[in-house]
Amino acid sequence: MSTTVPGQQHRPPLDFDDTGPERRLYWAVTDCLTIVRRELTHLVRQPSMIAWQLGFPIVSVLLFVYVFGSAMDVGDGADYKSFAMPGLFAMTMAFGFMNTAMAVVIEKERGITDRFRSMPMAPSAVVAGRGVSDVIQASFDLLVMAVIALVIGWRSDGGPWATLGAFGLLLLLRFALIWIGVFLGLITPNQEVAGNLFAVAFPFGMVSSVFTPPSMMPDWLGAIAMWNPVSSTANAIRDLFGNPLPTGDSWIEQNALLMAVVWPLVITAVFVPLAVRRYQGLGR
Amino acid sequence: MGASEYSVVAEGLRKRYGDKVALDGLDLAVRRGTVLGLLGPNGAGKTTSVRILSTLLRADGGRAEVAGVDVRAEPARVRRRIGLTGQNAAVDEILNARQNLRMFGRLFHLDHATAARRAEELLEQFSLSEAADQQVKGFSGGMRRRLDLAASMILAPQVLFLDEPTTGLDPRGRSEVWNAVRSLAAGGTTVLLTTHYLDEADQLSDRIALIDQGRNITEDTPAGLKRAVGGDRLEVVLSDPVDLPQTVKTMARVTRGVGPERDEEALRVHTPVADGVAALTAVVRELEERGIAVVDIGLRRPTLDEVFLRLTGGERAPAGSEADATTAPPHGDRTAPAQETTAPLDEETIR
Repeated sequence: MSTTVPGQQHRPPLDFDDTGPERRLYWAVTDCLTIVRRELTHLVRQPSMIAWQLGFPIVSVLLFVYVFGSAMDVGDGADYKSFAMPGLFAMTMAFGFMNTAMAVVIEKERGITDRFRSMPMAPSAVVAGRGVSDVIQASFDLLVMAVIALVIGWRSDGGPWATLGAFGLLLLLRFALIWIGVFLGLITPNQEVAGNLFAVAFPFGMVSSVFTPPSMMPDWLGAIAMWNPVSSTANAIRDLFGNPLPTGDSWIEQNALLMAVVWPLVITAVFVPLAVRRYQGLGR
Repeated sequence: MGASEYSVVAEGLRKRYGDKVALDGLDLAVRRGTVLGLLGPNGAGKTTSVRILSTLLRADGGRAEVAGVDVRAEPARVRRRIGLTGQNAAVDEILNARQNLRMFGRLFHLDHATAARRAEELLEQFSLSEAADQQVKGFSGGMRRRLDLAASMILAPQVLFLDEPTTGLDPRGRSEVWNAVRSLAAGGTTVLLTTHYLDEADQLSDRIALIDQGRNITEDTPAGLKRAVGGDRLEVVLSDPVDLPQTVKTMARVTRGVGPERDEEALRVHTPVADGVAALTAVVRELEERGIAVVDIGLRRPTLDEVFLRLTGGERAPAGSEADATTAPPHGDRTAPAQETTAPLDEETIR
């Protein structure tokens, strides 16, 4: 052990002012960026993470488009590939909340959340940083998925703006689900339990219009699937991409575009306060 | 901060989780620049105390001041004056050591240049310079802990909280961490550390506060605490009962103490000793000269269990084991008074 004596050597200024309103905003943004930078470093350092997270959607592409695809008839003589790909985009976003929840659990278990909370950093930065970096990561996921889709022959027939809008709606869904992820991560005691979240994610992603039109399901299941936020996003982007969209006459299906905006806003409005309260609850 | 000579003061801290009481009116005071060991069994309230003092948890009642700042009223100011090393090494596994310290430096609101300079200083100080570019994932437990400590020291805080800093470390990692803590304490940092190892509290602390069930049991210097519980005991186990009287005599002479206690069934003789190692050597030599066959001989430190038994049980049983009290026939020459007349321990030999 070296013989240097802490506290007597260079001591950073202790009482510099980071408390004024302007300074506080500055540091809230700076802290958030520091966290984002950390998360992005993680991505760069372990690209296998992305492979893991995209594993299920990619297997689904193979399974549904090629294995089941030939036997799938979604009506109107529509090409199943063009129907399923937007659904898979939406499903990839839907499953994203598990990544968020898992990351939150790991940080909590390793004591990093506590370390952050014991530091003078802006409390909002931890959650905001997670939100921003998760959206960045989701963009990357979508990019990979879109390239795969293009390779296997999926096309957007919508204009560039409609196409961008569709990807925007996908990220909006992912953004909303971050808060569910943070909330679930905070109420989940450990990683083992968090692994079980897949049991929640699976029906949430699948009982929807992702692979089959709800109108072809038994009535009761179809109703659930139609009202699933994932369906609204999937149908809205099919519309924007100009992909086949065999929908029924129900209000929810006729207003997919509207609901693809409303659902994420509702989810955000409900789960941000829940997540914030849970986070503060760590101190009770 | 005023004229307070205490860096940590807690009065009557209370905390309950549901119907489980974690802290039941705990008082703590750590003199500036000293190390207080908070010692107690699992569930005693050690971690809860640290969490309250480091602003992670709100107390239900009581008052606490850290570095002269009220924990409840101004947690943000407290956070700039403390370092916290929790039960896990809370460092980023995927980043390397340097990146970790720079990141935490930024989050402590240092500018880039200062954060970078501080990172290099701390890497040096905690002997991590050579491993600075390695991913933390590959670090040993001791290295991880040292990085964790370094991250806590970025602002050179006045007070450092260590919650079971060596739990889960191998002996080498443990001694690395002990050295690091000693050098911080030598530099004037006030340290409050929790542990359930008597040994660790003894090694690092100026004073030890013993707590149980969220309440103070006692507080003393390590030497004082040991004196209270009887210190080390020298124990000899014989192979032949014939040697018992001779052994008792030998041990009494060597330790210059009152009659050692014997357990005739277990063929065991034991006595409190002041300078354990010297007594051990002397007794071994003497027994050897007399040709007494020994099955086992050694120094026994009081365990935490025994300390608690002694200090909380009310019953001041002799320092042997419970077995003595129940199985050995009562002889007038070797009961309670033996304890009272034990020679005062020399503080120097203990520290």
